[in-house]
Amino acid sequence: MYEFEYRRPASVPEAVEMLRDREGAKALAGGMSLLSAMKLRLASPDVLVDLGRIEGMSGIRLEGAEVRIGAMTRHAQVAASAEVGKAIPALADLAGRIGDRQVRNRGTLGGSLANSDPAACYPAAVLGLDARIETDRRSIAAEAFFIDLFETALQSGELITAVRFPVPRSAAYVKFHQPASRFALVGVFVAVTGSGEVRVAVTGAGPVVFRAASIESALAREFSAAAAGAAAVSAQGLNSDMHGDADYRAHLIPVLAARAVAQILERQG
Amino acid sequence: MNVPISIKVNGVERQAEVEPRTLLASLLRETLCLTGTHIGCDTAQCGCCTVLVDGDAVKSCTMLAVQADGCSVTTIEGLAQGEELHPVQKSFHDCHALQCGYCTPGFIMSSVELLEKYRDLDEGRVRELLEGNLCRCTGYNNIVQAVLSLAAERGRT
Ligand SMILES: Cc1cc2nc3c(=O)[nH]c(=O)nc-3n(C[C@H](O)[C@H](O)[C@H](O)COP(=O)(O)OP(=O)(O)OC[C@H]3O[C@@H](n4cnc5c(N)ncnc54)[C@H](O)[C@@H]3O)c2cc1C
Ligand code: FES
Ligand code: FES
Repeated sequence: MYEFEYRRPASVPEAVEMLRDREGAKALAGGMSLLSAMKLRLASPDVLVDLGRIEGMSGIRLEGAEVRIGAMTRHAQVAASAEVGKAIPALADLAGRIGDRQVRNRGTLGGSLANSDPAACYPAAVLGLDARIETDRRSIAAEAFFIDLFETALQSGELITAVRFPVPRSAAYVKFHQPASRFALVGVFVAVTGSGEVRVAVTGAGPVVFRAASIESALAREFSAAAAGAAAVSAQGLNSDMHGDADYRAHLIPVLAARAVAQILERQG
Repeated sequence: MNVPISIKVNGVERQAEVEPRTLLASLLRETLCLTGTHIGCDTAQCGCCTVLVDGDAVKSCTMLAVQADGCSVTTIEGLAQGEELHPVQKSFHDCHALQCGYCTPGFIMSSVELLEKYRDLDEGRVRELLEGNLCRCTGYNNIVQAVLSLAAERGRT
């Protein structure tokens, strides 16, 4: 990778200032995506601002009907958290299936969301649970956050500080993983929110995470695996690559949604 | 501009001045001459370069040396006590869990963490937890056996 300057801020305001100071500056979280991109010279920041030593940027707290997770919280911490396991088991389960153990020991929630990889898992939970993304300057609704392939609502130099996940009545995430990369070929997050709304978020299938409206309305009429499985999803605009074409991905969406619904119903006994 | 760092490696405090782009794997192999940590893919895929940083298994090819500043790092060289092999090394030896041996340091470091942190291990779970390590010789059966037999000994199955 090309040379760069390394900075290690002690607080969020200090980090934001360092990022504002220099145009070619970039935040470094777990480095699982950024360092790989730098090796490939797909990214070549002049300055890396390492968020790793900022106190208070990681951690998990139950606050009323929400679980607040700091941006620097690693996937392994979310997977092992008793609070998350109790309040939103689907989220702990999702985190525990990201990549592999070594990736989960370094990769962070904030890094995953800021990166907005089309095949990443967390975006499905954030959109499915209608979470809010907190930054150093504002709070962004999930719906407004994910814009396009590797593109989010974050302004240049804006830092995610935490994510607030409303505790749902029930939820499940089913991932059809691409065995070589371990990312989602397609992943579907189904949630029944605290107010009873059914939300279905899909990752891996399109350029950016999206809600499957046809499955949501089918499930609103009848919450059953059969209803989810019978909903039609159009292949228009979905990804095609050597691992699966758009039709295949479109086919997987209701199949995985049905599996997620079955998991939810089974858990409810 | 070089950055001074201090890292405890296998129990010994080490100081170095590194370029920020120096990877932890390069610091270990090239500066500290600990060549037991192997580099297979250099892209966070194969796990050959796995070491423990403050007890967590990480891929040292995808971590900067400066990120490990102030941390405690354990490499394959830090496991044995003199002539006495670490229990995970011994189990790999007993189960013949290596063929060419290239992936072995990474598998062993990864298994050390696995056996520390996880319970209720069975074959399926161990295979899943070892997903971050690839063996080009495909000697997975004996590797999984080595982990499982030690897990059984420690009451973790
Ligand atoms: C082998 C492998 C398998 C993987 N499998 C999966 C998988 O199955 N599912 C999945 O979802 N992901 C997977 N990942 C990606 C992994 O989850 C990454 O950890 C994640 O995408 C990036 O997080 P990071 O903390 O490493 O961020 P970094 O790589 O450090 O940063 C990524 C980007 O986010 C920016 N950034 C970081 N933190 C912040 C912040 N707080 N505010 C604003 N911007 C920020 C950085 O500037 C950079 O642009 C995998 C990665 C690898 C290497
Ligand atoms: S060399 Fe680090 S993961 Fe392959
Ligand atoms: S023993 Fe040869 S790569 Fe694993």
